Amino acid sequence: MDITELTVHELKERLDKCEITSEEITKAYLERIDEKEPDIDAFVTRLDQDAIKRAKEIDLSKKENKKLGEYAGIPIGIKDNMCTKGIKTTCSSRMLENFISPYDGTVVDKVLNQENMINLGKLNMDEFAMGSSTENSYFKKTRNPWDLSRVPGGSSGGSAAAVAANMVPWALGSDTGGSIRQPASLCGVVGLKPTYGLVSRYGLVAFASSLDQIGPITKDVKDSAILLSLIAGHDEKDTTSIDIPKKDYTLDLKNNVKGLRIGVSKEFFGDGINQEVKDALQQAIEKYKELGAIVEDTSLDIAEYALATYYIIACAEASSNLGRFDGIRYGYRTKNYETLKDIFINSRSEGFGAEVKRRIILGTYVLSSGYYDAYYKKAQQVRTLVKNEFAKNLEKYDILLTPTSPITAFRFGEKSENPLEMYLSDICTVSVNVAGLPGISIPCGLDKNGMPIGMQLIGNYFQEGTILNAAYTYEMNTHFRENYKPTFKGGNN
Amino acid sequence: MKVEREELLHIAKLANLKISEDEIDKYLLNLQDILNFANVVNKAPVEGLKETIGTNSNYNVFRKDQVVEFEDQESLLQNAPEEEGHMFKIPKVIN
Amino acid sequence: MSRDDYEVVIGLEVHAELSTKTKIFCSCKTEFGGEPNTHCCPVCMAMPGALPVLNEKVLEYAVKAGLAMNSSISRDSKNDRKNYFYPDLPKSYQISQFDKPLCEHGYVEIEVHDGEKKKIGITRIHIEEDAGKLNHDDYGRCSLVDLNRAGVPLIEIVSEPDMRSVEEADIYLKKIKSILEYIEVSDCKMQEGSLRADVNISVRKRGQKEFGTRTEMKNMNSFKSISRALEYEIERQISVVENGGVIEQETLRWDEVSGKTFSMRDKEDAQDYRYFPEPDLAPIRLSEEYIENIRKNLPELPETRKQRYLNEYKLTEKEANTLTASKYLSDFFEKGVKISKNPKAICNWLLSDIARILNEKEFEPEDIPFTPEDLAELIGLIEKGTISSKIAKDVLEEMFENPKRPSKIIEEKGWVQISDENAIREIVLKIIGENPQSVSDFKNGKDKALGFLVGQAMKETKGKANPQMLNKMFQELM
Repeated sequence: MDITELTVHELKERLDKCEITSEEITKAYLERIDEKEPDIDAFVTRLDQDAIKRAKEIDLSKKENKKLGEYAGIPIGIKDNMCTKGIKTTCSSRMLENFISPYDGTVVDKVLNQENMINLGKLNMDEFAMGSSTENSYFKKTRNPWDLSRVPGGSSGGSAAAVAANMVPWALGSDTGGSIRQPASLCGVVGLKPTYGLVSRYGLVAFASSLDQIGPITKDVKDSAILLSLIAGHDEKDTTSIDIPKKDYTLDLKNNVKGLRIGVSKEFFGDGINQEVKDALQQAIEKYKELGAIVEDTSLDIAEYALATYYIIACAEASSNLGRFDGIRYGYRTKNYETLKDIFINSRSEGFGAEVKRRIILGTYVLSSGYYDAYYKKAQQVRTLVKNEFAKNLEKYDILLTPTSPITAFRFGEKSENPLEMYLSDICTVSVNVAGLPGISIPCGLDKNGMPIGMQLIGNYFQEGTILNAAYTYEMNTHFRENYKPTFKGGNN
Repeated sequence: MKVEREELLHIAKLANLKISEDEIDKYLLNLQDILNFANVVNKAPVEGLKETIGTNSNYNVFRKDQVVEFEDQESLLQNAPEEEGHMFKIPKVIN
Repeated sequence: MSRDDYEVVIGLEVHAELSTKTKIFCSCKTEFGGEPNTHCCPVCMAMPGALPVLNEKVLEYAVKAGLAMNSSISRDSKNDRKNYFYPDLPKSYQISQFDKPLCEHGYVEIEVHDGEKKKIGITRIHIEEDAGKLNHDDYGRCSLVDLNRAGVPLIEIVSEPDMRSVEEADIYLKKIKSILEYIEVSDCKMQEGSLRADVNISVRKRGQKEFGTRTEMKNMNSFKSISRALEYEIERQISVVENGGVIEQETLRWDEVSGKTFSMRDKEDAQDYRYFPEPDLAPIRLSEEYIENIRKNLPELPETRKQRYLNEYKLTEKEANTLTASKYLSDFFEKGVKISKNPKAICNWLLSDIARILNEKEFEPEDIPFTPEDLAELIGLIEKGTISSKIAKDVLEEMFENPKRPSKIIEEKGWVQISDENAIREIVLKIIGENPQSVSDFKNGKDKALGFLVGQAMKETKGKANPQMLNKMFQELM
């Protein structure tokens, strides 16, 4: 048995029955990382020594019947934009190359200190989560396990690739415009973006405060439900976090979609969507019908508005959020300065990569006097429009079904020359963030190149249970993971 | 809206970023492209719609006025590029 | 034309630090001073990933101030980000309020010199965070950033340009200070920077309708320098206009040493703060009930207290005004009155001898080193005849220099008044024996001689003899 093939709920069963120790699990993963990391390059920081040490401690604590978290001893990978005390948090940026956070973020605290999971390392991403391919990392390009010449998607590309390659049993990602769902789709794993406010953002290095959410990237839907249950919950340190009772989302997994109303918006199946993606989705729709769901066509004509709104709001907030990186208290400081102004300008210009600078410029522009009303203010109105249109549809349907990405994983460099084209690839996911809704991406087939295709299910506010059950039911009746495995082909780095 | 070169440089200055001479044209082109696209927000049927303030319905989320000291004061300065007398050192600023 | 041909127009933006225990967006203490960067946490140091949470007391205090200044309180409010780079502003934006301040359309009433009342409009009051501090090393080679003050809560009180003289501006500012002290939302210690003002000023020819171009002086933190700076700036602006020049709209720096204002041209091009709603903070919605509750519990304001002093204690208008101008002094007065039951005496001591000493020492009322109980005791000692009022003044000096209970001081210094009849008789007999000339003068009707004899007796006893008893005894024995 290959331990790293198992899902977390399978691992947990074996742990509970004492068939396996945390040390064994951790070692298996570290060996797998040793084997695959040269191909994948998913990690910015590896924590091999720490991990083994922690695993031993937890095994010992278990023997001594000490009080531990339910998932104690299970390893995890963490996207490198979540603050971890005493461990580098780089956001894959030169700006934070040596930055060590003085505190653990709330979600990190939950999984590491309360649940006692084992941190295998910090995972690569697009710099400050800006990008859809992880090519914007200052440190390395992460490769897609299904084809090493292709991108894993982004910005949580390291997290998705690591899960797909069995280098971590599960991982935390963050999603501002699709940064969990799109890489999950491109890497053939499950990625969930929770309702805005369900999971605390405290300790998540902000890209766009009103859009960012942390969520799970997992091998299957049940793991997604488990990890979501562990990280969700009100946090007094985040005023946008909602005070609702904690729940166990695995209880929503019924393997039954009879009578579930699914809306399919024709606008999400337009010309920009690759035919093979459409075909795979069509098959998924047929499957749902077969399983007893009521599937209907509907109209949700907001994708373009939402995308434009997304880039305006996300960049505006980012331009302000990234102002704190000024070379004074932490982060990169230029060698090249005499005055304070030099420190500001040169540290930022040398510390940030091209895409980050581009978005700061765009964000500064749309907020600047004379343009605020035409862009930012208008975008905030369009945001209301997007919410309203979703609300209308979610009155009629329990979930909305769309592709996650218009295309499957593309080759390195294919889109990085044209920023707008890259932005357009977020067309299916961003509206969910703009509205603050939950969305999940699950694999639903491969294209002719053998690259995974993802399906996105969108639910109403705080109805994660509904989309998880729909995803679970599909998964239980199609068996993507059993049928397909990453091939690690195309590797001649 | 056409973005002028001077405008781009002004914006860069506000953001404390330097755009080198050979990058300016590329930035201008990118920015223009994206803004042209972003302009669709001005075609959206938003008449009478309020702006969204706050992504969700949360309001009045406050904290009690109780002192809690941060446990690891030293760690707050450990990332400082330059430090003197427990303060962040920068070139002389004339007020 | 002369200065009289010009009208001065002044508006003030007052920043007051609120006296909450913790900062506006994190749980660090607000205490002044402390080792640099020790009242800090990831939030006020703007560490990546940290988020603000609004202190409920800040809201309450700001609403209190708004109500005390007759403002309407916004039911819907929010925080906004004001973006600019400066090393004392760790997030590179200040969380403030832009288009939906907590309080709007208020006013305060001031009394100008001849008792005439004037309303000064308050445009708005909003909440925001203070910045950190820049220190300079001993050799002036570098600056050092201390963020203890970063995130201390402020309210900014923006007035209408309603003031027409330096005096009005001074009275207005004192009024604001006094109100804030009464409602106990700020300690208003100007020397610690917890109350400071940005001053806008312009001049126009009398009769001219539109305002002249204004200049601004930022972060002024003493009444004296504000008045001086305004005087200077008025003269400067008039002389520019008189000489056919144009006033430039700009921010000026007041230099205390040279007594001049200087242009701050290094601030480069006009600022563009790129305000937008703070996405990290949920919006604020205040209920009628919340506001009414604060209104109901508003403490007595200076104006009401003054009226009470006129009626209850029969103080003069001037006395009541002076006492109530400082909450501390006025509270001191009331505590004293409760014990001594002699409001007039307490008032006299506070406004004459104590005021004189405070003035000499350049002290604020808060610096009085003794308690109202001590003052009441001092007055009681005079009333009982234990000491004379003259000795009492010496006791008071001693209370400032070496604060102890007055009775203790008197005892230690041996200043108890001699009121024993036999002792007085002995002294009087001695003085009569030593001054036969004066005695005969007195007998010949020269009343002045009695004064001389009493003086001699006082000298003999180092001022401790009871003067009334001396008088009586001399007359009796002569």
